[in-house]
Amino acid sequence: MICEQTPTNQEPVIELSGLTKYYGNQRAVDDLYLTVRKGEVFGLLGPNGAGKTTTILMMLGLSEPTSGSAVVCGLDPVRSPLQVKRKVGYMPDDVGFYEDRTALDNLLFTAGLNQIPAGEARERAERLLETVGLAESARKKVGAFSRGMRQRLGLADVLIKKPEVIILDEPTLGIDPEGVRELLALIRSLSREDGITVLLSSHHLYQVQQICDRVGLFVQGRLLACGNIDELAESLNSSGTITVEMTVRNAPDHLTEDLFSIPGVSKVLADGLDSGKSDGSMNIQVICQADVTSSLARAAVQSGAELTAINRRTYGLDDIYHNYFEGSGRDEHTG
Amino acid sequence: MNIPDSSLPLLKRLRLQIRNRTNMINEPDRKKVERQARHTPSPFWVIVHKELGDHIHSWRFGILVGIVVLACIGSIYSAVIALQQGTGNSDSENYLFLKMFTASDGTLPNFITFVSFLGPLIGIALGFDAVNTERTKGTLSRMLSQPLYRDDFITAKFTAALLLVALVIFSLGFSVMGLGLFTIGYPPTPEEFGRVVIFLLTAVIYVGFWLNLSLYFSVRFRQAATSALSGIALWLFFTVFYSLIVNLLAKSFEPGEQAGTSQILSYQQTLLFINRLSPAELFTEATTTLLVPEVRSLGPLTMEQVIGAIPSPLPLGQSLLLIWPHLTGLIAAASLAFALTYALFMRQEIRSRS
Repeated sequence: MICEQTPTNQEPVIELSGLTKYYGNQRAVDDLYLTVRKGEVFGLLGPNGAGKTTTILMMLGLSEPTSGSAVVCGLDPVRSPLQVKRKVGYMPDDVGFYEDRTALDNLLFTAGLNQIPAGEARERAERLLETVGLAESARKKVGAFSRGMRQRLGLADVLIKKPEVIILDEPTLGIDPEGVRELLALIRSLSREDGITVLLSSHHLYQVQQICDRVGLFVQGRLLACGNIDELAESLNSSGTITVEMTVRNAPDHLTEDLFSIPGVSKVLADGLDSGKSDGSMNIQVICQADVTSSLARAAVQSGAELTAINRRTYGLDDIYHNYFEGSGRDEHTG
Repeated sequence: MNIPDSSLPLLKRLRLQIRNRTNMINEPDRKKVERQARHTPSPFWVIVHKELGDHIHSWRFGILVGIVVLACIGSIYSAVIALQQGTGNSDSENYLFLKMFTASDGTLPNFITFVSFLGPLIGIALGFDAVNTERTKGTLSRMLSQPLYRDDFITAKFTAALLLVALVIFSLGFSVMGLGLFTIGYPPTPEEFGRVVIFLLTAVIYVGFWLNLSLYFSVRFRQAATSALSGIALWLFFTVFYSLIVNLLAKSFEPGEQAGTSQILSYQQTLLFINRLSPAELFTEATTTLLVPEVRSLGPLTMEQVIGAIPSPLPLGQSLLLIWPHLTGLIAAASLAFALTYALFMRQEIRSRS
């Protein structure tokens, strides 16, 4: 699966071509092509064990691809991991800190590893702690931090080296909804204001859709679909059939036949006809090959029934998720 | 003659201009970068710094140093009592100062015994959770996603712990010397001082071996407890059980009473060789030779070899020559353990918390 169509003509920051990784005989990532452009927020979606983390590790040069190549910021992570790591900030899932050190100390340590001079490091750390809303807790030991605070500290930790790209592995895992909202808003604003390219992996579709420009659906090492969420839904809607749900009252018996005779309708499912609801209403599901919603409505009205509701069911994220992830493995060994 | 500016070829003028321009832009920038690079420590030293801080602040280290210091005070006390009673051997009056480290009145073991027994424990305690704790706490993957080489991490861990070991051992050794000066009021000769310093260096190498071994276990095992237990098991095996097992084995192929000299000699040498496979044995032999100059040989000697020898203490150079193989062996063992650790760590995949 190749995923390259992007609305902007920005230069690519991450380019994966034919990236493949085997663990023994087990294929973790399979022939992956992916391009992420500058300033984009890209969501890598997939169930546990889909190979998301493995892909990220290969982008950072922490793991070597079996075949294929990755280019990050114009550099090959296998050959020049240090330069790549200087430009890319990576927040692992369930990020860990030295618990008996303060938040500030942890940030200063990271700054030291990035060879940022002490004075500047302290300045940046204080400012970042302010940004992520941990200014009051800067001198508290990380051991006392809640999960949400850790993730926010993780974000500050990633940003202290002023990266061009940040890669966040499951940033929203285990945080309460309000925390997730704040964190995502923070990530979004970082991407918008500082032009940082963000790649985040998640298995929470809903959370990610709020902030991602594009998403890639990743199952069992393969990229199944890629694009923005509307595009994905579009491709799903156009490829299959359309379901129209109607609720009618006092429907004549021949209504179902009338509906079935409309060209394009392949199936009419009615319920409530025999159950005899108190108000005489019934639900009808019409499955059709083309969008004939208006014809259906006209037919229903002409038959003398009272049409109380009609709805063309569009595919939401849940359907996308189910459609693509159905039957995909639930094993967690490479999560 | 003054050439007017315009007479210069246009191209040359442009080039000059460009050069000036680029110099103007690049110079401060490059200088700034260079200055930064010079003044900020490399990631390696940043990790060493952090590790040292962690060790020194940890309870574990405090407790260990407490035990070792108490043991040493005890051994000095018993040494002083033994010296006051007079150890009887008047030949060794020259090396009275070294007796601080080797003498004992029998109530407590002497200083070198304590160091050879407890030193490994310091090494194990400093190394057993060096890598696996970072891994389980998720700090390893965060650290390695920073711009540093992977081997910086493992070498920094080793360096920090070894620096600390050296610090502890040398301060202990020098405290013993200072206390010795106080209590026996007999200053060391330069040779004695040299012997003590070399003894302390040997102790650092020996503890370094155990440190590397426990580092290896910390890379190999994901659980800190497993790695600590493996380290302690190996330590007990070498310090307690190894000589027992060797003695048992030795009994089984002991030559008969009528055996010839060469047979007995080869038997003794085999026994010595097997014994010396243990780093603890190597260390004991090396330190005894260093601190007891009267030790003239570490293997069996025939009467022919002894004939004509003057029973006097060896000079430092000769003592060193005698234990040179031991020192080499200890360094080799420590390097081997580190090489194993290094190779294993470099081949491991870094994942968060797994």
